[in-house]
Amino acid sequence: MAEVLLKVKDLVKQFDGSTVLDGISFDVRRGEVIVVVGSSGCGKSTLLRCINALEPIQGGSVELGGEPVVHGSKNLAKMRQQIGMVFQSYDLFPHMNVIDNILLAPLKVQKRNKSEVRAEAMELLKRVGLEDRAESYPRQLSGGQKQRVAIVRALCMHPVLLLFDEVTAALDPEMVREVLDVMLDLAGQGRTMIIVTHEMQFARAIADRVLFIDNGKIVEDTDPDTFFENPKSDRAKQFLNIFNFERSK
Amino acid sequence: MPDLGLDVLFKGKNMLRLLGGLWVAVRISLISVALSIPLGILLGIVMTFKNPITKTVTRIYLEFIRIMPQLVLLFIVFFSSTRTLGWDISGELASVIVFTAWGTAEMGDLVRGALISIPKHQYESASALALSPSQTYFYIIIPQTVRRLIPLSINLVTRMIKTTSLILMIGVVEVLKVAQQIIEANRMSSPNAAFGIYLVVLIMYFMICWPISMLARYLEKKWR
Repeated sequence: MAEVLLKVKDLVKQFDGSTVLDGISFDVRRGEVIVVVGSSGCGKSTLLRCINALEPIQGGSVELGGEPVVHGSKNLAKMRQQIGMVFQSYDLFPHMNVIDNILLAPLKVQKRNKSEVRAEAMELLKRVGLEDRAESYPRQLSGGQKQRVAIVRALCMHPVLLLFDEVTAALDPEMVREVLDVMLDLAGQGRTMIIVTHEMQFARAIADRVLFIDNGKIVEDTDPDTFFENPKSDRAKQFLNIFNFERSK
Repeated sequence: MPDLGLDVLFKGKNMLRLLGGLWVAVRISLISVALSIPLGILLGIVMTFKNPITKTVTRIYLEFIRIMPQLVLLFIVFFSSTRTLGWDISGELASVIVFTAWGTAEMGDLVRGALISIPKHQYESASALALSPSQTYFYIIIPQTVRRLIPLSINLVTRMIKTTSLILMIGVVEVLKVAQQIIEANRMSSPNAAFGIYLVVLIMYFMICWPISMLARYLEKKWR
């Protein structure tokens, strides 16, 4: 088995006194694809945001490759370079074209060589089918194209861990597929990913492990077949029932 | 058609003198705007801080400058500074100081508004890419703010150009003062010149301000 890459231990997150995450612990091994599911407001997105310290936490710890990721700490920039994140809202910088969006952080944060990063960016754009849109501005792209660019932008930082926060939730159905295909491709390359999604079929296809969160706690942590066929908890059964439709006659 | 006294315009170097006066007005506005934009950006950033002290101080500055008539500010800087501080500053410098103080306040408020209108996820995705706070401001927030600001600050230029008509009160010879001088000098030979010359001044202000307004409207449409 591969070594543990990310270690989340007893994570507690509170907003104004209400507890959103209540003692979350799990490990992610290198190359694993974790899908986090749960009903709206259960704290899935907050969990991702705590992993790269966009939110301060009130208890517990997050460690990546043995080093702590702490909100406001000195080495946070170094840790965040290793964690790529794609958000639900289209988060490209609207005043820059696609290639500048991708190159900004590798050039300014990592101080890498421009022609080298550019070549890599073009290669990645080609892989997601957008090599001809390098000079386009975000407003000229569809939602699915924007999300693919956001994924390339995250990849260009050479992250060891990728976080996807409901990246298809704001997309029209026909654009969901093109983004999910890119993510399946990444999983096939052996990337370590944590994915929050509402696409259950996709979750089952891509996950090595499913975490089901309810009321700020991990209720199930298991392989996808077990989760979708034989969930142990009643809460998970209820949750999965939402996705079954029966025609009433 | 009544005699408008327009012939005075073509006497000697009158037309050139008027244009020279116009240039004085435009130059003071441009220098003031060029100083107001960076200072206003700084002020606007400071105004978004949650610190109660900076909040109060910037608020008082903004309200003070806005409430005071520009003419009073000009008098305070030009006349009072000489008596109390012993400064011997030219009218033009006093104008630049007042217009910059005013422009900084107005720009600061515009910048503050533009900054708080930048969506939160722009800051977050910059953080997630490991950009430092100063890099985030420099590469992400300020360029977007400036785009929203350019049309607004161009409007500020036209307001400044119009307000320069006050600076003849502290002895700066700008277009309106030149017009008065020309009218005075020709009072006997062409008593109707007042109408014609002021009409020309009006057209001059319009010819300067109208294209600037059009440019602002164009940029606003283009960058929306």
